Amino acid sequence: MAEVASADGVFALLWLLIALPLASSAVLLLGGRRLDSWGHLLGAVTPLVSFALGLVMFVTLLGRDEEERAIGQNLYTWIEAGNFHVDMGLLYDPLSALFVLLITGVGGIIHVYSIGYMAHDERRRRFFGYLNLFVAAMLLLVLADNYLALFVGWEGVGLASYLLIGFWLHKNSAAVAAKKAFIVNRVGDFGLAVGIMLMFATFGTMSFSGVAAGIGDASTGTQTALGLLLLLGACGKSAQVPLQSWLLDAMEGPTPVSALIHAATMVTAGVYLIVRSGFIYETTDTASTAVVVVGIVTVLFGAIIGCAKDDIKKALAGSTMSQIGYMMLAAGLGPAGYAFAIFHLLTHGFFKADLFLGAGSVMHAMNDEVDMRRYGGLRKYLPITFATFGVGYLAIIGFPGLAGFWSKDKIIETAFADNTIVGLAAMLGAGITAFYMTRVMLMTWEGEKRWAEGTDPHESPKVMTVPLMILAALSAFGGLLLAGDWIVTFLEPVVGPEEHHELPMPAVLLTLLVLLTVACGVGISWMMYGTRPVPVEAPRGSVLTRAARADLYGDAFNEAVFMRPGQYLTRSLVYFDNRGIDGMVNGVAAMIGGSSGRIRRFQTGFVRSYALAVLGGAVVVVLSILAVSLA
Amino acid sequence: MIVFWILAPIMVAAALGMVFARKAVHAALLLAVVMMSLAVLYAAQDAPFLFVVQIIVYTGAILMLFLFVLMLVGVDSSDSIVETIKGQRLAATGFGILFGVTVAIGVAQTTVGAVVGLDEANADGNVPGIAVLLFSKYIFAFEMTSALLITAALGAMVLAHRERLSPKPTQRDLAERRMRDWADQGKPLGPLPTPGVYARHNAVDTPALLPDGSIAPTSVSRVLQVRGNMRDVSKELTALDEPDKES
Amino acid sequence: MDPTPFLTLSALLFTIGAVGVLVRRNAIVVFMCVELMLNATNLAFVTFSRVHGNLDGQIAAFFVMVVAAAEVVVGLAIIVAIFRTRRSASVDDASLLKY
Repeated sequence: MAEVASADGVFALLWLLIALPLASSAVLLLGGRRLDSWGHLLGAVTPLVSFALGLVMFVTLLGRDEEERAIGQNLYTWIEAGNFHVDMGLLYDPLSALFVLLITGVGGIIHVYSIGYMAHDERRRRFFGYLNLFVAAMLLLVLADNYLALFVGWEGVGLASYLLIGFWLHKNSAAVAAKKAFIVNRVGDFGLAVGIMLMFATFGTMSFSGVAAGIGDASTGTQTALGLLLLLGACGKSAQVPLQSWLLDAMEGPTPVSALIHAATMVTAGVYLIVRSGFIYETTDTASTAVVVVGIVTVLFGAIIGCAKDDIKKALAGSTMSQIGYMMLAAGLGPAGYAFAIFHLLTHGFFKADLFLGAGSVMHAMNDEVDMRRYGGLRKYLPITFATFGVGYLAIIGFPGLAGFWSKDKIIETAFADNTIVGLAAMLGAGITAFYMTRVMLMTWEGEKRWAEGTDPHESPKVMTVPLMILAALSAFGGLLLAGDWIVTFLEPVVGPEEHHELPMPAVLLTLLVLLTVACGVGISWMMYGTRPVPVEAPRGSVLTRAARADLYGDAFNEAVFMRPGQYLTRSLVYFDNRGIDGMVNGVAAMIGGSSGRIRRFQTGFVRSYALAVLGGAVVVVLSILAVSLA
Repeated sequence: MIVFWILAPIMVAAALGMVFARKAVHAALLLAVVMMSLAVLYAAQDAPFLFVVQIIVYTGAILMLFLFVLMLVGVDSSDSIVETIKGQRLAATGFGILFGVTVAIGVAQTTVGAVVGLDEANADGNVPGIAVLLFSKYIFAFEMTSALLITAALGAMVLAHRERLSPKPTQRDLAERRMRDWADQGKPLGPLPTPGVYARHNAVDTPALLPDGSIAPTSVSRVLQVRGNMRDVSKELTALDEPDKES
Repeated sequence: MDPTPFLTLSALLFTIGAVGVLVRRNAIVVFMCVELMLNATNLAFVTFSRVHGNLDGQIAAFFVMVVAAAEVVVGLAIIVAIFRTRRSASVDDASLLKY
């Protein structure tokens, strides 16, 4: 890793990036109803100010030499207890710079969108307070220079996610979904926490530089364990198999939440963790392979689920799961793939946010209806939304020239270079992605109008459509980041030099094969949904369809393997506690009560009985004196 | 020593009798026997001062106090033989025998050494000898016990004091009450005549006569009435007053 | 004169007094048994004063007598006071500490 320079000049304001949204969140949440009239404006402006600051820092960073691009700022000594020393320190290097821009930029756009989307909600001020809290926590996550401070941000985003999923208090399903998200995340957090503890036990420090320095000397077991534990944490936060069950339920939250947290930023925290911990994964093949396996399984898992969902947000959520699988896949392929994972992360942030906000716009127009079977033929009524949504669609399927094409292609290339089967699976995933995204497009915008009574779709106000346009532009031109391998060279100080592998076939041929697969996916989808009318009632479907509708039995599996045994265990423990322990305690009490009831009969109240006792005592005393003197 | 062997059985018998006597007065008298015997034993052991003090203070004052209180409390009352607390008699005798045997054996086991005797201590006489010790070595205890006695006397007064619950009746109240009683019930006003008034003979056993010549029933002790020691001599008396009538 | 018989007699009287306290119910008779115990100890004191050849034992017996006198005064006053209110001199009446 590069030498860490001190934070001077504009970088001295590094802490402000986090402090501004945090302060704004505090003001909005503690200020009370008086702030309702202008609170949302404060909430929307703050991330944009952070974005401006981040942009200035980014430009300054570009002006520096490659070796000097890691800037550290120690805010204060957080924990000092014997050997245990943790600083609240920040690290601004190319990787965190990109993330800062993504979080504050896309986040700021979504904040502005929310002003319009949540205009009729009376708790709008609180919404912005929670959103700002999320931005602050996410920034801390990506700016921290040690794992413990990262964990603080990690937990913070988990909290914000819980608060925002369950934002609509009147919906019981939202509360249940929030709880589910938090609990499943907890399993992942447990993995990360144990990993951090293992780090401290092995290296005595939890800072990135400290662990990076010591990882080479650690035992193989420790290296693999660290890799797997961090992977578990990443699976929880990024909704990868096996901890993927919460993401689709999290769509109960308002659409801006789904866009910001469950598409662009929070779910990418897992990928950030793995890329940041590259120095760990380079030492252990087992953990790296595990990351690849998790990634590729999730690609196919998410894609299959997305094919059968009629709820537009759930379809997009399945898509998110799948795309993050691509990022994990790339991250697991080692230094060859780190840069492409981050590249895909950024482009995915653009087009997925675009798609989600577009879906929000459609829902806004259709009285919050989410069932795509009740859409249809909206193209003429929502032209701007259709255009921006279309750009996002083209980006995600990998239409040549748009952002998604460049990033996804690179990942499939790297996959092929590593292992042919993985590459083929990634290509298949691209095909399925094309299939279900085309399905979404066709069911929503084309075809017959299958609207419910009294629906009057109208285009959204400018405060919502302008962010859509910005994101569409980014989705279209985001590929420029790869121009001249810029992003690869930019991230080199952090992720290490790119290793070139041999491809089994020329790169151009590979790209054509991918495009062919995508075209097949689009074609099949067109045949099924474009040519035939879409039934309003969902048909029974094949075995695979029904399985996909049930999230490929993810929930059923969790319930059978974890929930029911867990409930059994608690029930038996409660029984044991009530009968066994309580019985013992009550038994002791009853015994004492009973014996005292019998002993108190000695207290007759008669003076003569007491006098008898006195005489008895005197006899004992005399006898003992005699015994002592005669002995 | 002979004195001892004569008095010891008497004392033990009297003590046992005191414990088992049914009437309380009998118990008090048996205690008196024990105390007098003790006084004699003191005298036999060269303690003449204590001999006298025992008789005067213990038997004469304390025991008499017991008897007075017994009479106040109820001289007729006698304890019932039935024991109310279960096992008390048995346990008491058991412990008592055990205690007695233990102490007696203990006493018998102790070697006392040579008996010095009080000849030298009583050289100037027993009373001066005691006085010397009392006013030099034990002066503080002496003063404290005198304070104790004063306190005891005060305590007895306080404990026996009865508060007036109603205001003391004045002379006027008494006079009014007397008048009312005479009006309602015919009780005689004025003091009762002492026995023997208006009689020929000034004797306690002769009833007093009321102004109209009849016998005042209240001048005769009720005890005599209950015992039947009364004789109606009204006829003889009226005959005496009219000697001319008899011929 | 051998002091042992005197001491044995003292012990015997003490025991009889102790048993009497336990067995009798009339408060005044109980009190009298207590006096018997005190007298027994007096006898022991006097005997030992003769054994040791100084008059401290007799002084002690004297003081016991004085204190016994004071105690009897106050104790009997209490018994009279109780008798006035309760009309009974039985020791068993004071059993409010019963379980």
